[in-house]
Amino acid sequence: MSYDKFTIIQSPAVPLPIENVDTDQIIPARFLKAVERKGFGDNLFRDWRYNKDGSPKADFPLNNKKYSGKILVGGKNFGSGSSREHAAWAIYDYGFRVVVSSFFADIFKGNAINNGILPVVVTPGFLQKIFDEIEKDSNTLFEVNLEQQKFTILSTGENIYFEINPYKKHCLQNGLDDIDYLVEMKEQIKAFEVA
Amino acid sequence: MQKTLFDKIWDAHVVKQVNEGPDVLYIDRHLIHEVTSPVAFLGLKKRGLKVFCPEKTTATPDHNVPTVNQNQAIKDELSRHQVEMLKMNCIEHNIVYHALGTEGHGIVHIIGPEMGLTQPGMTIVCGDSHTSTHGAFGAIAFGIGTSEVEMVLASQCIMQPKPKKMRITITGKLNKGVTAKDIALYVISKISTSGGTGHFIEYAGSAITSLSMEGRMTLCNLSIESGARGGMVAPDETTFNYMKGREFAPQGNEWDKAVEKWKNLKSDENAVFDTEFTYDAADIEPMITYGTNPGMGIGISQTIPSTEGMEGSDKITYEKSLNYMGYNPGEKMAGKKVDFVFLGSCTNGRIEDFRQFSAFVKGKKKAPNVTAWLVPGSKQVENQIREEGLVEILEEAGFELRQPGCSACLAMNDDKIPEGKYSLSTSNRNFEGRQGPGARTLLASPLTAAAAAVTGVITDPRELLAP
Ligand code: SF4
Repeated sequence: MSYDKFTIIQSPAVPLPIENVDTDQIIPARFLKAVERKGFGDNLFRDWRYNKDGSPKADFPLNNKKYSGKILVGGKNFGSGSSREHAAWAIYDYGFRVVVSSFFADIFKGNAINNGILPVVVTPGFLQKIFDEIEKDSNTLFEVNLEQQKFTILSTGENIYFEINPYKKHCLQNGLDDIDYLVEMKEQIKAFEVA
Repeated sequence: MQKTLFDKIWDAHVVKQVNEGPDVLYIDRHLIHEVTSPVAFLGLKKRGLKVFCPEKTTATPDHNVPTVNQNQAIKDELSRHQVEMLKMNCIEHNIVYHALGTEGHGIVHIIGPEMGLTQPGMTIVCGDSHTSTHGAFGAIAFGIGTSEVEMVLASQCIMQPKPKKMRITITGKLNKGVTAKDIALYVISKISTSGGTGHFIEYAGSAITSLSMEGRMTLCNLSIESGARGGMVAPDETTFNYMKGREFAPQGNEWDKAVEKWKNLKSDENAVFDTEFTYDAADIEPMITYGTNPGMGIGISQTIPSTEGMEGSDKITYEKSLNYMGYNPGEKMAGKKVDFVFLGSCTNGRIEDFRQFSAFVKGKKKAPNVTAWLVPGSKQVENQIREEGLVEILEEAGFELRQPGCSACLAMNDDKIPEGKYSLSTSNRNFEGRQGPGARTLLASPLTAAAAAVTGVITDPRELLAP
C-alpha cells in the first residue's frame, strides 16, 4: 500500500497508560467486515471510546480535547492478540504516525511498519518520563527523527535512541513496500522453486 | 553446526537474505479466509498482478459465517458480501475454495490438517494469528497481516526477520483430567502474554510426545497467546499415523519416501536455544482464566491473585481487568456462576474435543441456567460427531450441535455473548469484548467446559470424572 514518506515528526502525544492493549480493543472484530481499507479510524478503540448509545466516554484519552497529535503512547506489550492489520489501518486512519511503548507484540509491529506507522520502543523508565511530561503539560512536544533513530522530549531535551531494521527504515523513509521488492525477485523465486 | 528443528526448516526456505534486512522466505502453503484477504486481492488488482501460485493457496470462509441454517443465504449483508468476495476472488485467480456447507468447509486451521495439506517441514502462513496450530506437525506456521497476505499472493514469499528460538520442555506425565489446553494455559500463566515475543517455540518432553495430534494442535495453537509467532512439535509416529491416507498427504511410494525424510526433522542433540523453560507435568491442574488476557490463568482449585507487590500501570491494568470481570482478588474460581458454555474454535473444535465433552456429559443433564453452543471446527468434525453417535449422547444430555465456523471465538457472526454474562469458553482469547461487547470470557479445556455445562458453575472436572 502507499503511505506518506516518513521524515521528522514534531507533535504532542496522546497517552494511553494501559498495558497489553490488544488488537480486539484497537478494533473490535465486528468492525472487520469491510472489504476496503477505509474509515477504520472512526472505530479505533471503539468500546473504550464510546458508550453503547454512541456517545463518547469522557474519561477516554482520545475524547479528551487536551490531547492531540500524531504520536500515541501506550503501556507495555502494545498490540498483542490477532494478526488483523485493521488495527494498524485504524491507527493510521485516525491520524497517528508513531506508536511509542516499552514493548510491542511481533505481528502488530510488522503490520504497523508495513502501513507507514513507526513503532518506537523505549525503556520502561523513559516511557514513564513521557507519560509524566504529558501529565505535566499535554501540549508538550516530542520529536521523532527516523534518520537518527532518536526520540526526544523537546521541553527537556532528553532523548533516546531506538532500534529499527535498516531495510525497514529505508522502506519507511521512501514510502516503499515489500511487495515491490518481491515482485522484482520473481525469476529468483522461480529458480528457487525448481531447485 | 548443530541446528534446531526450526533452523532446519527455516534455512531450507530462504530464497535470499536481504542485506541488513529480513529474509525472503518461501511459503509452501497459504490459507486464506474472508476477513483478511479482500484488501490483499484489491492490492493485487491495483498492481495488475495475478496470484503467483494458486495451487499452493486454499480458501474457506470461517470467521464470519452463521452456525445455523448454513443452507440459506447469509442474512448479515456485510458478512455475505465478504464471503461472496472471497469466492469471486478465488474464481478469478483459480484458487480452491471450500464453500459453506460443503465437505471441505471449516475453520482454516482445522481443515488444513484434516485434508493433509499441513505437512512436516513446510512453511505455512495465513492471515490469522492462530496459524501457529499447524506447527503441531513439525512445520513453521505463523499468522500474517493483510499486507503480507498480498506479498504471498504476489510472490509466494514473505519478508521476515528470523526469530529467536525457545524450547519449552514438559517432563513427566499429565494428571487425570488435565489436557493439552491446560498445559498451554499453564505455560502462558508462567511466561506471560509477552514472554514468547520474538521467539518461535519448540515443545518437547514426555508430556508432549504422549499427546495426540489434536492435543499438539491445541498446544501449538495457543503459542501466539504467549507472544510467540508460533510453536512446533517434532514429527513422530503419532504424526505419521494421523496423516497417513489423508487426501493431500503423499500416497504409496511417495509416502514412504516422505516419512523417511520427515524422520530427520528434529533438533540436533546439542542444538542451542536462545531461551529454555522446563516444567513438570505433575504440577499442572485443570486451568481457568480469571482476567482479560490468556496469561491471567490459575489452577482451578486456586484463588485469584492479590495485588500485593504490584504498582504503577501494572496495578492499574490488573484492577481494570478484574473490574471488567466483576471479580475480586482472593476469591475462589470454583463455584462461580457460568451463563454460557462455548465448545469450539480452532483451539478446541476438533473431534477429540467433542469426544471428551460427550464422554463427560454422558448420562448427565445440561444445567438449566447454561446456554451451550457446541460448534464443530469443520464439516468433517461435524460428520464424525454424527457417525460416532456423539450427537445422540449430547442431545440426550440436553445439548444441540451447531454448524462449523469460528462462531463465538470472535463473535463476528450472531453468536455473541450478551453484555456482562460469563462464558466458559474453549477458545483462545478472553480479551474484553472478544465474545461480544461486554462479554466476560473464562478460558478452559473442553473437560472443564463440560463440567460447568452440567453444574452451571465453575467446577473442577476431576470431581466428576470416573475414577
Ligand atoms: S476460531 Fe477464532 S482464533 Fe481460530 S481462526 Fe477462527 S477466529 Fe481465529
